[in-house]
Amino acid sequence: MTERAQIRLRLGVVAGLAAAAAVCFAIALANGRAARAAVQGVTGEVLTYSSPVEMLFSPDGARLYVLCQGTDEVRVLDASTYAEIKKIRVGHIPRGFSFSPDGARMFVANTWDDTISVIGTKALEVSATWPVGAEPSNVVEDRAGKFLFVANRISNDVAVLDAQTGEELKRLAAGRGASYITPSPDGARLYVTHVYPNPGAHRTPPESEITVIDAARAVVIDRIPLHGIAHGFHVAFSADGRLGVLAELHPKNLVPLAHLEHSGAFADTLMLFGADVGTKPVEVPLDELERYVARPFGVAIAPDKSRVYVSSEGSEIVTVIDVARLLRFVHAHPEPSAQDLSASANYVVARINVGHDPRGVLMARDGRHVFVANRLDDSISVIDAQSNRVASTVPLEGAKQISVLRHGEQTFYTARYSFQGQIACANCHIDSTFDGLTWDLEPDGFGRDIVDNRPIEDLVGTEPYKWNGGNPNLPTECGPRTEKYFWRSENYDDLTLTDLVTYVRHIPSRPNRWRQPGGELTPAQDRGKAVFERAVDKFGNAIPEANRCSFCHSGPKGTSQKSFDVGTRKATDNSGLLDTPQLTNIALSSPYLHDGSAATLEEIWTVFNPEDKHGRTNDLTKDELNDLIEYLRTR
Amino acid sequence: MNGAWKRIARTVAAGYLALGALAYAAAPDMPRYRFENFTTANGLPDNHVYSVLVDGNRIWAGTDNGLGLYENGKWKTYTTKDGLAHRAVLSLALDKRTGDVWAGTMAGLSRISGGRIDTYTQLNSGLSNDVVYGVSVEGENVWVATAAGASKLNLHTNQWSLYNERNTPMNEIWVYGVSATPTKVYYAVWGSGLLEYDQKTGRWDKYDDPDGETEMVLFKDQGLIHEITTSVSYVDNVAWVATYFGDSRYDGRYWHNFLTKDSGLPSNFTNVVKGVDANRAWFGTDKGLAYYDGTSWAVYRPSPATGKPEMTVRDAQGHVTAVLVTSAPAHHYILNIDFQGSDIWVATAHGLSHGIHER
Repeated sequence: MTERAQIRLRLGVVAGLAAAAAVCFAIALANGRAARAAVQGVTGEVLTYSSPVEMLFSPDGARLYVLCQGTDEVRVLDASTYAEIKKIRVGHIPRGFSFSPDGARMFVANTWDDTISVIGTKALEVSATWPVGAEPSNVVEDRAGKFLFVANRISNDVAVLDAQTGEELKRLAAGRGASYITPSPDGARLYVTHVYPNPGAHRTPPESEITVIDAARAVVIDRIPLHGIAHGFHVAFSADGRLGVLAELHPKNLVPLAHLEHSGAFADTLMLFGADVGTKPVEVPLDELERYVARPFGVAIAPDKSRVYVSSEGSEIVTVIDVARLLRFVHAHPEPSAQDLSASANYVVARINVGHDPRGVLMARDGRHVFVANRLDDSISVIDAQSNRVASTVPLEGAKQISVLRHGEQTFYTARYSFQGQIACANCHIDSTFDGLTWDLEPDGFGRDIVDNRPIEDLVGTEPYKWNGGNPNLPTECGPRTEKYFWRSENYDDLTLTDLVTYVRHIPSRPNRWRQPGGELTPAQDRGKAVFERAVDKFGNAIPEANRCSFCHSGPKGTSQKSFDVGTRKATDNSGLLDTPQLTNIALSSPYLHDGSAATLEEIWTVFNPEDKHGRTNDLTKDELNDLIEYLRTR
Repeated sequence: MNGAWKRIARTVAAGYLALGALAYAAAPDMPRYRFENFTTANGLPDNHVYSVLVDGNRIWAGTDNGLGLYENGKWKTYTTKDGLAHRAVLSLALDKRTGDVWAGTMAGLSRISGGRIDTYTQLNSGLSNDVVYGVSVEGENVWVATAAGASKLNLHTNQWSLYNERNTPMNEIWVYGVSATPTKVYYAVWGSGLLEYDQKTGRWDKYDDPDGETEMVLFKDQGLIHEITTSVSYVDNVAWVATYFGDSRYDGRYWHNFLTKDSGLPSNFTNVVKGVDANRAWFGTDKGLAYYDGTSWAVYRPSPATGKPEMTVRDAQGHVTAVLVTSAPAHHYILNIDFQGSDIWVATAHGLSHGIHER
């Protein structure tokens, strides 16, 4: 090695060390932590977070039950001191829980296990685990103790179980993404809300619903239409039952998202219904000029009906609304006001900062305090209802060190990076999934290059990204592209982007509900697999390799990671060359095709494949096509 | 009217009453109905009514121009604008567990649930064909009869199963009617007899006319009366089967055939049969509505010749007696039947009729 070369090497080493030190320093500064690890702490321990999502008081008010999604637990706290009494292990990724009317039992909906845990509240132990399906998200028993109602997010229904034995009696057709159930104050009716829009015609405003169930008869008696609403979350009722309030998201997906600075991509709204507002539900905005309250989620109404409290996941705040002023506004302004950014000043009286990703809101019976579960802070904010200030923050036991994954998840869910705090990744990827919508993303004119929102589960090995395959990797997808098209404001620092990408890369695939437990295929699935893999059509003609299902949708994720023209280009598309989408959990993610024009898997071939460019399928009989779809559902 | 004419009128009226009473006294005690008829004049969506379904106090009428719901004395109409698959609603079924109504139409299958209508077609789902002649709900399965085979939708898994000439003994695929129960599912296949599916074993069986496809009846009571089946109703382990050439009763071992020449059927051309139990059934023909109580027959219709209300009773010996009645179903061409307690609802080619049981 020459002297010059040795000098270069030394300089390089010094520069490298300096850069590494700078990075470490930046990390420490940026994140306030001693080390960076995906899931492990400094001593190698696995970092687990409680991730509280919902809370309940025991009927006597002595205990506070906290549903911890991260540790698969119900934690029982002393309601006065918040000291932990017990941890009760339940199923995987619980999402909702409730008491039996007599308070003797607690029911927990475990989303990944497709089960209900039954907890005896005296022994504080799980006494039974009942199977339901699929992705149970909330559970409520009727007042008579006869039926247990379970909202199933994936199967889009409400399972009705015998409340004593857990035997499933029937399923009621709900809306898409049935997730939350709220009884009316008298218990006579149950109100079910949905996190995905109902299937609808292509390029029409989304529609959701509140499914109303007669609890005694266990039948659907009404569906309150939610025009323009794609995602509904919690409902709360006033004690007199005259006012119902739903936290919801109103997307503006029919206009280019790049117009974020003009009118927003979403209106964050409440739907009011009940006798206090009249015969039709009324939508009111929470947003205000230059300040949005991204993703309203939890709702509570004060016992005296003076205030409504709404948590906003992305904005990390609780909005306090004066009910009397709200109702005056509604009656004085019967015209639609969801897009009116001046409206909320008429009834919002406070906005209270809480923790990361606030979810469930619980009102103390005396109305003096409001509790908020901060999912990504592992804490509960206790708000003084008189002063509208956080009186205390109750930390929950768990890792205090923030892992890379945790920081990435916080970044994914916060709206603080977007213009005026309007949106976060999680706006379109509800609970890290998708949203069931098609979007006009690019600033290339209204209605051009419409794209379906694809799921983001198990993304590793599916790059490039975007339907046109334009983004080679996640740092590009989550970084410059997101910043340019979505945020229009603040950029991520390098470390935050790294953490975000790490989180997105680690979003797992939900369990596939169509696969048999042992992995073997049913006869129909097996026949469908043969169709998927076939090289010869039914007339004995060889199918060109590029025209076989298994060619483009190859590999374990069902994508060759290449782009093809499958004859689905519309007049509004800039190109017909499209990235091959992965098939992971494809059954869950309708609509289909790059622009969401196929409402169902069937329509991909029955409507949009007239020339066999999207695989050779026109020789198939109807039952053979059904078999192919049965197989695809197992992917 | 002068006094003489009044006397004559009174005498004639008294004579009719006496004749009616005598006839009634001599005839078997068959149920009597007062028919209230609905047409477009009082809110029915269309006068051509293909199907009728009773759901407690709610009456659904599948017509040629929309689905009508009669509730609290008023008609509400669902159309394609509400999401209905097609204006012509050929068949209806109630999911008794959930209260959902399933409507088979000329262009798909629709589910009406809590006021929302979801539609399944051969393009957007696994449904075998859009012309849905029959639908029946049993447990978590919706069984469907279409113009190109039979289908089953499992409401838990959303999986469709198709049944046709490749996987059943069906040699025609024009499926007209279906009756599903926890033990057996029967399909009436137009030109292919009666198809039976055993829910326990998953095995298919087929019942044909022992005389072949001819209109002759060489082997009476030896099997299905004819291959062109139009409707089936399975109740109390007995299958009642309608064809265009007579009807049949099958108890799992023995067949019994019904023809106009040796029963009280007003016509062999039968559109629908609906069993009350193992021994009693209603038949909807092109020449009136017939009731069989296991021994005797009663026919209710407006006279095809005069349009005047008629009721006739045929006893076990074949004696036919006219019964004086003041009302009849809206039309003699009967398309569908359902029960509301002891009342009956009848879909006809010109109106919907509510037969209110009188005695």
